[in-house]
Amino acid sequence: MSGNTNKLDAPTGFDPVRRKFLSAVTAATGVALAPGVMLYGITRPSPATANVANEAVANAARWGMLIDVGRCADGCDACVSACVEENGLEGHGRPATDAQWIRKVEIRNPSTGRRQSLPVMCQHCAEPPCVDVCPTGASFKRADGIVLVDKHRCIGCRYCMMACPYKARSFIAEDLEDQKPHAPRGKGTVEGCTLCVHRVDAGRQPACVEACGDSGGGAMLFGDLQDPQSEISRRVASHATRQIRADLGLDPGVRYQNL
Amino acid sequence: MGMEVRTTYREISGRSPQFYTLGVIMGTFFLLGLASVAYVEHAGHHVTGGSNQIVWGIPDVFAMLLIVSASGALNVAIISSVFRVKLYQPLERLSCLLAIGLLIGGLMILILDLGRSDRVIVAMLNRNFKSIFAWNFYLYTGFIAIVTVYLWTQMEPRMNRYIPAAGLFAFGWRLALTTGSGSIYGVLIAREAYNSAIMGPLFIAMSFSFGLAVYILVLLAACKGSGREIGSVLLRRLARLLGVFIVVVLYFTAVQHLTNLYAAGRGGVEHFILFDGGLYSLLFWGGQVFLGGLVPLVLLFRSSRGGLYPAGRTVALAAALVLTGAFAQLYVIIIGGQAWPLTLFPGMEVSSSFFDGEIAAYTPSLPEIGLGLGGVALAGLVVLFGTRLLRFLPTTLANSVLDPQPTAPAENS
Repeated sequence: MSGNTNKLDAPTGFDPVRRKFLSAVTAATGVALAPGVMLYGITRPSPATANVANEAVANAARWGMLIDVGRCADGCDACVSACVEENGLEGHGRPATDAQWIRKVEIRNPSTGRRQSLPVMCQHCAEPPCVDVCPTGASFKRADGIVLVDKHRCIGCRYCMMACPYKARSFIAEDLEDQKPHAPRGKGTVEGCTLCVHRVDAGRQPACVEACGDSGGGAMLFGDLQDPQSEISRRVASHATRQIRADLGLDPGVRYQNL
Repeated sequence: MGMEVRTTYREISGRSPQFYTLGVIMGTFFLLGLASVAYVEHAGHHVTGGSNQIVWGIPDVFAMLLIVSASGALNVAIISSVFRVKLYQPLERLSCLLAIGLLIGGLMILILDLGRSDRVIVAMLNRNFKSIFAWNFYLYTGFIAIVTVYLWTQMEPRMNRYIPAAGLFAFGWRLALTTGSGSIYGVLIAREAYNSAIMGPLFIAMSFSFGLAVYILVLLAACKGSGREIGSVLLRRLARLLGVFIVVVLYFTAVQHLTNLYAAGRGGVEHFILFDGGLYSLLFWGGQVFLGGLVPLVLLFRSSRGGLYPAGRTVALAAALVLTGAFAQLYVIIIGGQAWPLTLFPGMEVSSSFFDGEIAAYTPSLPEIGLGLGGVALAGLVVLFGTRLLRFLPTTLANSVLDPQPTAPAENS
């Protein structure tokens, strides 16, 4: 007991340096933490402001696209421009490393000479190889069939780019500016067509489909492949359509007509 | 059992000029590697030779060379403790140390070539077990742990009786590891150059050859640098073994290409790699097959014919050529395989703004080569400081102290 008493008695002498140091540390901690606490308070959604993006996605739909190649004009790139505009994909003038979420591919049958032009983007496979190979689970498929990359989990290993048969993904190889809030992107991660998930969740159409209808040939149709009453389902049921590399068995959500 | 020859192990000297010179050279390359990473991290990968077409560049060639060699560097220890070849018993420890060093070097390159190396912790916390990469995370780190335990059973006399068990386990693990490395490429359905189950066995064959070649070079250098004798008996055995492994790699390579040629749809990519791929065809025939295969075979077998023992220099040259061929082979597999465009529309001619239907161009950049050499240097530093700090190297490997029996036959003694 006496030892304890001594210990308690000992620091009766006031140490100004020690007190000053402790106050400084406390103040510094407060200054460092305060903005974070404030931001947390501001950004945390209250029940009233919670939006659709915070809700779980149901598997009630399987979003897909039907592209009528017969109506897709050679030289028209309304879909590509709309995608670039919508998602802020302006490049750095370096074609080898600049991102392309959707591109126009020109094909020619060497035996007949017949030419066609069609847009190719992430095919939103039902069995996506990019999801299989992703080591961290950053590549994932939503319950409604949209294949996305979680930019916070992507470590930039680029294995998904090796695995994708459609060359649908791009690696961000340099700093980006002026990003769109609804399409976050980050240097050192991989990205691809999101099927304009921010629009779809708000009940709208992907930007490429809208632009194709407005200023293109009206070749693109977006909808729910699972709903037998949707226009896309009815057209897929009544017309011959194709999936690119259907032989691979990946069941892409993007279908092509007159290809 | 006959006469038991006890091996004495000794650390290498830390005061020799060779030690300092090697330390400074490898330290410099290691730092240059880190500087390359800092530069690429800051500027972004557009300063490398990589692109959306060639997503894995020369750093991955270096990394795979080190990782494949790592599992093969364990050969010598396995042959001694699992297959009980007593001649190799004094070489066990160095075999394990080299395996660990090479794997660490390769792992460093793989991690630092990521777009977001800072997120390694994310990779540790979130794993998708359908991914070979996620499996490899366990296979690689597990390999280091298992070989460390294996080494402990060798270096701690009281643990010696567990050497065969630890060796057998390490052998199984290394086979899985190399299968995992080959399967990184083998499982890619869209890549015509290497979507094949043979990639696993091919990589195992490659590991036997590359790993032994690295081992021979390191052993010869260590013995020369530290004034240790290495007898012709041992050298001849190692040389012949390397020769056999070279043949095995050539065999699996032939099977790989012949099966691919037989598949009608794969004719294009095979023609590209084998004949009109420019640099890739040159690297395949000139680098892998001629310099890395046929020339070392002649060097190794010609000189050991008729009881002649190959000179250390000849064996070293052959091993260096094997590694040159190894680099060429991995370059052709990894980069050549990506240069060939994906087939979206079979039978059609395609073009686009995204290089569809085109052979992709790739020129390695200095920072990528810097990172690759940095990984090699790290592997070297691990071995250099390992042999300096602990007793990995026998004091002598002269003929007189080695047991020349291939196995431990009872009636011979």
